[in-house]
Amino acid sequence: MLGVQLAALLDGPVPGVAETLDLVDGFDDVLVHGLARVAEEQAGRLTAMAGALRDTPLGPAVAEAVEKVTAGSIGDAELALLAGARTTLLGAVHDARLGRFDAALGRTRTPWEPPPAAPPVDGPLGAGRSWLQELAITGWRGVDHDLVSSADQAVSALLGEPRLRGAAVLLDGLAAELRASFPVVMMDRVPARRWADLWARALLLLQPGTGGAVAAGVVSGRLLPLGVDVHEHGTALQIQVHGVLEPTDGSSARLVRASVAAAKVDTIVGPALWRLLDAHPVLLKALAEHRSVDLAELPVTAGGDLIWRDDQVTLGEPADPFATARLRLTDAHAPAVPPLERHPVRIAEPVLVEGYTIDGDVLTLDGHALALDLERLPDCGPLTPELVAASSACIGLVRWEAGRWALQPLAVQATVKRKPVEAHGGDWALGPTDPKVIKAEARAGDAVAVLRERAGRLLRR
Amino acid sequence: MTDWERRSVVRVVPPVRPRKLAKVPFVELAEGRLQGVVSSGSDIARVYVSSIAAGTHTYSCGTNNNRPCGGLTGSPCKHLQALVSEAALQYGLDRVARYLRVDVGEGEDLISRLDGAPERAPAAGVFSRFLRHLAYLELPDTTEPIAEMQWFPATRAVR
Repeated sequence: MLGVQLAALLDGPVPGVAETLDLVDGFDDVLVHGLARVAEEQAGRLTAMAGALRDTPLGPAVAEAVEKVTAGSIGDAELALLAGARTTLLGAVHDARLGRFDAALGRTRTPWEPPPAAPPVDGPLGAGRSWLQELAITGWRGVDHDLVSSADQAVSALLGEPRLRGAAVLLDGLAAELRASFPVVMMDRVPARRWADLWARALLLLQPGTGGAVAAGVVSGRLLPLGVDVHEHGTALQIQVHGVLEPTDGSSARLVRASVAAAKVDTIVGPALWRLLDAHPVLLKALAEHRSVDLAELPVTAGGDLIWRDDQVTLGEPADPFATARLRLTDAHAPAVPPLERHPVRIAEPVLVEGYTIDGDVLTLDGHALALDLERLPDCGPLTPELVAASSACIGLVRWEAGRWALQPLAVQATVKRKPVEAHGGDWALGPTDPKVIKAEARAGDAVAVLRERAGRLLRR
Repeated sequence: MTDWERRSVVRVVPPVRPRKLAKVPFVELAEGRLQGVVSSGSDIARVYVSSIAAGTHTYSCGTNNNRPCGGLTGSPCKHLQALVSEAALQYGLDRVARYLRVDVGEGEDLISRLDGAPERAPAAGVFSRFLRHLAYLELPDTTEPIAEMQWFPATRAVR
């Protein structure tokens, strides 16, 4: 990303975004207090949200749902419509911001083409939906121990169906946050946007007819990793490798992601996380050793997500992510975003930035300031705020959060004690390389092994 | 609404610190209790379920098949002591003390500040929560992308 590109990215607000987010705030405030007590002010906010969608296909149905809900009739269908309305608004914000990014950087994005319909999952969707309904009626402020605990059964049922893993990890993550916030009524402030996001997303995922990811085709070629983004909550881990794919058929290089997710428990943290993924040695080795991966007819979704299969990939030649970023990133085609995933939180665009200065958590390039997201430097890798501060080149993900653009570093080239050093988020994928961290890990013992032993002994009795 | 309330990604659950799990594989602050599972020192197949109630500080310890702990004679047994010290490692002393509603002064032990009496609490519930916890490790991993995890970035804890 060049200085002029950053300038174009930051060039003033996109019209309509602030107003749209105000409507979302209105809805989120209603969920704080609960639908059981919709005061006049809150009813007005729901009506305003419906009004904004009046001229869309959803419009009439949403207006009717708002009328029913404010009159106290809070059914499955009405809630789905409210969640849909809120999701539509945030989808529009997503499109406006991503459009700005693509225009600023000159990134070519493949238009969306619907994949073949996914066979609907015939799973236990109802229990999760009724939990979400209870939450909406009660409101975040009214949540008690019993209401949170009642999520457990729905979560356990969903975890049993691999294609519903997304819904399961969402509900589990939300329940854990509510549990950790007890008593919510005493909280100074409630994470209103966040919890409404999770609530709405879960409700849509649990609608009848929902399906998992669908492959739109297969690809063969060479995957050149750029970096790894790590996602984690108490009981779930996902690594998402961003990379450039050079297809064998000679078509243009494209930006893709490869993801692996595992279930975990809260006491497995830091570098031990990688142990949970040891069934995918090629991916881990490619990250730790900075190598390419050769793909043979690997399924890929219309959203640019590779569906990893270990028997269809082989470890390739050394491939420096910085070389990939310098040579291949500018021209690579970006994938479309699946309609249901359009939300500002989903914006994570790989870029290379060089020749900047850093002061605290602000990066300045040719006089233009970009926030650095230093919270997102995971403990399972070597990146630290100090290394980022000492860096001169950075591969990162551009995100849009809290009303501003920010850069999440995935890898840096830095100078420490007058020596050039490099650090990548996946450097410890095969185990930490820092002697201090190795020692700390040895002291703590192998959490994964201890718990697997306990599970083996106690679960099968 | 403040900016914090308008953010999609904020940390709500405080980070858990790594600790050795062999002795006390499971600790939680839930259902109004500090509760957990402590491995028996003598029998590898036996575990104790130990708990302390928030507020009243009544405590309980017994095997997973409900036999009372022999060490429980008017004061917290070694299993409860291990539970409290491992909970302090995992969550930080402040968070445990706040949950149990105990005032712990500078240089004081949390366990010495508990003024409750032994009171049998059912072990089955806690034990089944522990089994549910362990069952997560038995789930198959998935290589289908989970877009929902975008709301849960891995973040930096204090090292």
